[in-house]
Amino acid sequence: MAIVTIRDLNKKYENGFHAVKDVNLEIRDKEFMVLVGPSGCGKTTTLRMVAGLEEITSGEIRIGERVVNDLPPMDRDIAMVFQNYALYPHKTVFDNMAFGLQMRKYPKDEVLKRVRDAADILGIEALLERKPRQLSGGQRQRVAVGRAIVRHPQVFLFDEPLSNLDAKLRVQMRVELKRLHERLETTAIYVTHDQVEAMTLGTRVVVMKDGYVQQVGEPLVLYGQPANKFVAGFIGSPAMNFVDVSISGDGRHAETEGLRLNVPDRIRAHGGKRLTLGVRPEALRIANGSDEHGFATKVDVVEPLGNEILLNFRAGGAPMVARVDPGVRLKAHESVRFAVDPERLHFFDATSEAAL
Amino acid sequence: MLIERKWKKWVFFYLPMAVFIVFTLFPFYWMAITAFRPDNELYATWRQPNAAPLWTLHPTLEHFVGLMKTTAFPTWLWNTMAIALVATGISLVCGMFAGYALARLKFRGSEFLGTAIFITYLVPQTLLFIPLADIVRDLQLGNTPWALMLTYPTFLIPFCTWLLMGYFKTIPKELEECARIDGATRFGAMVRIIFPVAIPGILSAGIFAFTLSWNEFIYALIFMSSADQKTVPVGVVSELIRGDIFFWGQLMMGALLGSVPVAIVYSFFVEYYVTGLTGSVKG
Ligand SMILES: Nc1ncnc2c1ncn2[C@@H]1O[C@H](COP(=O)(O)OP(=O)(O)O)[C@@H](O)[C@H]1O
Ligand SMILES: [Mg+2]
Repeated sequence: MAIVTIRDLNKKYENGFHAVKDVNLEIRDKEFMVLVGPSGCGKTTTLRMVAGLEEITSGEIRIGERVVNDLPPMDRDIAMVFQNYALYPHKTVFDNMAFGLQMRKYPKDEVLKRVRDAADILGIEALLERKPRQLSGGQRQRVAVGRAIVRHPQVFLFDEPLSNLDAKLRVQMRVELKRLHERLETTAIYVTHDQVEAMTLGTRVVVMKDGYVQQVGEPLVLYGQPANKFVAGFIGSPAMNFVDVSISGDGRHAETEGLRLNVPDRIRAHGGKRLTLGVRPEALRIANGSDEHGFATKVDVVEPLGNEILLNFRAGGAPMVARVDPGVRLKAHESVRFAVDPERLHFFDATSEAAL
Repeated sequence: MLIERKWKKWVFFYLPMAVFIVFTLFPFYWMAITAFRPDNELYATWRQPNAAPLWTLHPTLEHFVGLMKTTAFPTWLWNTMAIALVATGISLVCGMFAGYALARLKFRGSEFLGTAIFITYLVPQTLLFIPLADIVRDLQLGNTPWALMLTYPTFLIPFCTWLLMGYFKTIPKELEECARIDGATRFGAMVRIIFPVAIPGILSAGIFAFTLSWNEFIYALIFMSSADQKTVPVGVVSELIRGDIFFWGQLMMGALLGSVPVAIVYSFFVEYYVTGLTGSVKG
């Protein structure tokens, strides 16, 4: 139960690679904070610096009231779940979970009680005498989580704990982790490259790219008001459609070849500029003939997913996807008119890529 | 089709395999058969009637009895065992710590040190014994078991270090990091987590080291002079060849008895030994 404060955090590896750049974060008490971003963006490095496994080049990390920059991992009162679980292969499940408590010289009956409680929460009581190699992937994952929760640490750190599981199990464990967090009410920092995981688990989400924090916010804020083109494209699946447009001189229309859309009032001031327009697949709808916000195109690929249909087409010289009702009957190469509400259009500066 | 395949398997697999097995095992067979062959059969010509050059018609224990009674063979066996065990122990302990340091600790010149250690292993013993003999004499260790217990590690430690360094590198570093978060110091994580996980590697290093010291010849020949201090390889060769007379029966019996303990050690740990060499740790 603690606040984690990260101030001006930087990491340069010995080979000179600058992996984490000027990161500032405040993780609130009991919050489930998710770091998300493409592979190599510095998420793991950031987490490892919080854990004390990687030296801090500059900046400050506080857990609770303490500056932990120079504390060894064992004194930071944290627990970490690794991507490969890192279970001790020569110890039984019980001993794996008990190790942290034994190292801290807890009395025997307290160790026993805590391990049993954790095993009970995670449903692994029957496995306590097994060795890790006798467990399935999902069971190993539970043991790794169990090993973290027996210690009752101030902060949980997770580094892509679900990425070694198959798709179905991953969805199931995701829900369990969320339930577990609600029950334990412990501050958690969770690293993933999967934006769906980030959105479903996070109280707040940090989007990172190339070592920089791009945006911090609640999942729906990231989705609704992305701070820049990167966040807009990263959050949401299928990804937001982008097309380069020029704003008409009076600031009322966004135009490019074969496409002319009404724009919201806030874009007025950008009349005559070139901007990047973004529109989410779910913001596009099939237009009825009289719709004033529509444009015509031809569908080239239809992906019926059951609960929705994805329509792939080209507009304004860019490939686009629309996500429509399963009731829509459309075949490949058929002509169609799409429409979009001006309020659901996103605009980004063509050079800085910041949202307007 | 099927028949042709069978035929191919015989020509390309079983036949070469058989040749290989005969080629490697024949000397051992010859050693064993000679050890149990009576002298009159040993020195008889193969052309005489009823000769059985590949077999013996009258197996005997006379060489065994002779070896035990007329030579100090039991003492040699004991010397060899004690020296090999102590030298292996010293080398394993040093090799474990050095191998761990080279595999995991980042310090200036660690790469260079790793290579340097390997190079010392490559210096031939036939050169190294000259300076070592000087040191052994200065320390007045000549003709005592310590002369060998302390000189064998000069080639065993580099060997163990190198082998264990490779093994430690295959162990995921998260295991150790997790232990350190769990409350272990670096040393604690090494002793409680890494060493137990590395047991297959440590055992194979130990077996190798044991075999190398068991079979060692040059240092044992040079540093040990009295008959009761010798090891099996030296004792058998120096005491059972008198002038130009070879006591073949006893020589072979000595060689046979000398190779049995090594064979036992090998077969006992063979499974560990294979995984140790291929180095596989799965979480
Ligand atoms: N020990 C290291 N030495 C040098 N560069 C490293 C080291 N560890 C990671 N990196 C680099 O730092 C960047 C960020 O890595 P990481 O934090 O693991 O990314 P991810 O967001 O995928 O977890 C990557 O480009 C990686 O190649
Ligand atoms: Mg990572």
